[in-house]
Parts: sequence; C-alpha cells; structure tokens
Amino acid sequence: MVTQAGAVTQESESRTPESLSPSAAGVRSVSLGDRFFRGLTGFFAALVLLSVFGMLVTLLVGSWPALKTFGPKFLASKEWNPVTEQFGALAPLYGTVITSVIALLVGVPVSFGIALVITELAPRWLKRPIGVAIELLAAIPSIIYGMWGLFVFAPVFATHLQPWLTDHLGRLPILGLLFEGPPMGIGMLTAGLILAIMIIPFMAAVMRDVFETVPASLRESAYALGCTTWEVVWRVILPYTRVGVIGGVMLGLGRALGETMAVTFVIGNAHDIHLSLFMPGNTISSTLANEFTEATTPLYTSSLLALGLVLFVLTLIVLVAARLMLMKLRSREGERT
Amino acid sequence: MSIYARRRVVNRVGLTLSILATLFGLFWLFWLLWTLFGNGLRWIGPRLFLESTPPPGANGGLANAIVGSVILTVAGVGMGAPAGILAGTYLAEFGRTSRLGSIVRFVNDILLSAPSIIIGVFVYGLVVLRVGHFSGWAGAVALALIVLPVVVRTTENMMRLVPDSLREAAAALGAPSWKVTIRIVYRSALPGITTGILLGMARVSGETAPLLFTALNNQFWSTDMSRPFPNLPAVIFQFAMSPYEDWQHLAWAGALLITVTILVINIAARMLMKRSKS
Repeated sequence: MVTQAGAVTQESESRTPESLSPSAAGVRSVSLGDRFFRGLTGFFAALVLLSVFGMLVTLLVGSWPALKTFGPKFLASKEWNPVTEQFGALAPLYGTVITSVIALLVGVPVSFGIALVITELAPRWLKRPIGVAIELLAAIPSIIYGMWGLFVFAPVFATHLQPWLTDHLGRLPILGLLFEGPPMGIGMLTAGLILAIMIIPFMAAVMRDVFETVPASLRESAYALGCTTWEVVWRVILPYTRVGVIGGVMLGLGRALGETMAVTFVIGNAHDIHLSLFMPGNTISSTLANEFTEATTPLYTSSLLALGLVLFVLTLIVLVAARLMLMKLRSREGERT
Repeated sequence: MSIYARRRVVNRVGLTLSILATLFGLFWLFWLLWTLFGNGLRWIGPRLFLESTPPPGANGGLANAIVGSVILTVAGVGMGAPAGILAGTYLAEFGRTSRLGSIVRFVNDILLSAPSIIIGVFVYGLVVLRVGHFSGWAGAVALALIVLPVVVRTTENMMRLVPDSLREAAAALGAPSWKVTIRIVYRSALPGITTGILLGMARVSGETAPLLFTALNNQFWSTDMSRPFPNLPAVIFQFAMSPYEDWQHLAWAGALLITVTILVINIAARMLMKRSKS
C-alpha cells in the first residue's frame, strides 16, 4: 500500500511541475544537470575512441591509391623510386624491424637489471633517486637523442667501438657478416643502440611495477628456504610476473617501432637492404619524416601514407598484445585478493 | 665446487651484472646532459631570446621559435587537457564497470603509446589537406591528441583514489552527483590532475615528428596560428642537420633549453605529486 502511494505522488509530481515547492523544483533540474554532465563526459570519452578510429580511417583512405596500384607487392618490393613512381615498403619495413630487434636485445637485459636493483637490491633511500633518474631519461625528447647521437655518439662509436666489433666479431662465420663494412658511425646498429637507450626507461618502469605486485609472503618464503637473491628473482618473481614482463617488453617494442626523430638523425636514410648492421638504412618513420613534405605526386604521398598504415597496424598489434598481457596479470592479482 | 659455492657465485655474478646495468642506464643520462650543457651553454645569452632565427652566416637567436613553441604547447594543452579531464571523469565516475568504459580505457592506453608521427599524419589528413596549407592550429591539434591520453589516464587514476565515503557523504547532504564530482572529487584530486597536465605538457614540448607535417616551421616572427608556425623542435631539426656552424650552435642552445624546461616541469610534477600524497 505504502509503496503504491509513493509511486502515485511521484508520478503526479512529475506531471505538474508548476505546483511544486521550490526545493522539489531543484530536484528536477538536478537530474537534468546530472544527465547533461554525464553526457558531456561521455562525449569526450567517445572522442578518444573516435580519434584512434579516425587515424585508421584516414590512413586507409589516404593509402588506397597506392595499395590499389601495387597490391600485395607493396610489402614485398624493395624498390623506392619517386622518379619512375615505383614504391615498395620492404626496405623501410626491414629497417624498422631490425633496429627494433637490436633495441630489444640490448634493452631487455638492461631493463631487467635496473628493475631488479630498484626492487630487490637498492637500500630504501636510493630506490627513489634511481627510479626518478631513469624516468627522466624517458622524459628527454627524441630529437635530443637524435642530435646527441649524430654529433656525440656516432663519432665515438665509429672510432672506438666499430673497429673493435669488426676485429673481434667480424671474423666469425655468418655472424661476422653483420659487422662488416666501413666504420661510419651512423647506420642501423647506431640507430638500434640509441633506440635501446630510449626504451630502457619504459621497460624498466613496467618491470619494476610488476615485480612489486609479487606478494611479500611468496618472496619471504623463498628467502626462508635459503634462496639467494638471484634465485628469488629468477625462480620466484620472474615466473610469477612473466606475463607482465612480456607485456612491458612489448610496450617497449611498440615505442621502438614508431620512434622517429632519433632514428632519422642517425640511420643514414638510404633505401637499401644490407646484411651488415654498419650500413645506412631506413625505417618507416624516418622515411615519413624525411619525405612527407617533399612528396610531389599523389601516388608518392599515397605510398607514404601506406607506409604509415603498415607502421600503425604493426604497432597496434604489438600494443594490443602488450595491454592484454598486462591486463591478464592485473586480473589474476585481483582474483587473489 | 660444491653446490653452495656455485649458487653463491651465480648470485654474485647476477647481481653484479644488474648493478652494472643500472650504472649503464644512468651513464647515458649523465653523458647526454653533460654534452648538452657543454655544447649549448656557451650560446645561451640575451640575443637568443631577443632575435629571430637568422639566415646562415648571420647573427640571430631563437626568439620566434621559442615564443612559437610556447604558444603551440599552451594551445595544445588548452585543447587536450579539458577534453582529457572530462573523458577521465567519465571513466572514473560513470564508466567504472560499463562496457564503453573498459573499451575507452583500453583504446586510451593504445593512443598513449601510438607513434607520434602517425598522429602527425592523421592531423595532416584531417586538417592540413582540408584547409590546404600548414598551420599553427593543425600543430596544436596534433599536440592536443598527444596530451589527451596522458591526462585521461592520470585524471581517472587520481579521481579513483578519492574515497567513495566522501562522495556518499556529499550525496547524503543532498548534493546532486555532478556537484559532488565538481565540488568534492575534483577538489580532492586537483594536485593529481595538475600533475597529469604537467606531464602532458612536458611530453609535447619536445615533440617534433607530429609538427613536421602540421605546423611545419616559420623562419620569421609570427603569432598567426592559421599560417605555418615557428617552433623550437623543427628549428633544431633543421639547424642541426645543416652544414652551417652557427646554425648548429643555435640548435645546441635550443636543445639545452628544451631539455632543461622538460626536466624542470617533470621534477615539478613529481614534487607536486609527492606533496599531495603526504
């Protein structure tokens, strides 16, 4: 009975707003304000979706002429000739993948070591300064890395490191082919190394965060059984956080694939595929940075946009995989608590 | 060698390598800063801030580029930050468990790490092609798209840290939920949200790749956002790659200026965060 009466008064109130007391009128305008606020925030949330979707559509539409002209051959051809209008993505794609692989080979072990030091080894007062210093490394813009790489790192690399590499590794069978050629300072290896320095902070930060999700009881049990620090990290923490660590590495890979300015300065910008890592090359992003404003014909611009599409799809796959892995770790953690 | 001794040796070697890795990481930071100060400090003087970029061989400064970069950054943050705060509010207040909320959260994380050059290409297609020429506004839109995900992420995280009991207390006093959000939640999360905006600002003030196709560059003094717009990163790129020595000197000075600015903003953001936590 009571509920029925309540329902009736509510209904009559909403029907005759003129007869309402001022406070009840306030209640009505409130619900309108709430709806407006919710709609406003929802609109901007949807804007985030729209912008990523818009990127994909813009790239697809823009690269359509090139994709139609060259077909799947676009990915397989290494020719890149603006004069005859023959374009293929193979050389920049190769450069992108190789430099990123070098960056991971160097960056992953270093990031792992840094995360280990911050979470397990460093005394409490040192943890924060090390963490902040590494994060500052991430804040330095890419163009600064590029400039520094070209003017400071490349000459040092050419006079000291490259001859050493050629002397010691160049004689090995097969592997030696990677370290042949003149020590010019710039090239794929330099670009890969600078990329490594740039992605180390990102990977180290993620690894540190996931290492800290390991329950203290697990860690302490291992120590109580007599494990050394290394064994705790290698046998307990790493298996527990494996998914998260891989997610962090993929996040670093995503960065390395799309990094532009630093690479553009030091890679040498040649549309070639060489086995030797000392030779100049090209990546998708450096090709875009160098040629986009100079593209004169529609097909040229379209081919550059198609390169951008390839890069975007590549990073999208890597980033989605990375996020899914990190989410998996987080949800497992949620189940436990 | 007994198994104990071997385990100890493995432990020693592993930990030593880890410490070396950390030193390796820190080493680059110091080397980079060292060369930046060594090469750039000499060329910083009043002329740098008072004169515009010179033709090769002449004297000049970076005044137009510095002012241009400041305007672009402010415009980009001015567009990206409010949008990011509102989207973050949706995620924290309305979309905690909803389907749209989780999709937006996921896509935002993707946008956060999307290559900035792709954002530049996108804005080129969206704005530059439509309008027909490069412009400061296009550059600002590109920067706004980079600020957006940073602010969304921090806003959501910071608003979620505000305890629900606070919201409930305000609601129990009769405050409508939009008022609860604006007067209670925003107020408590303000330092965190400011940190997010500062981090976004630090991130875009050195961005170069997205500006190459949007704002382009302008050799002269200009405050007209509808034309190609001068900006420091593009000038550094052009001058550093040039064969002229005095241009390279200006590039070093500009590089030092940008890096110091970004590091200062970053440290300020961190201090703000730390103070609000304690």
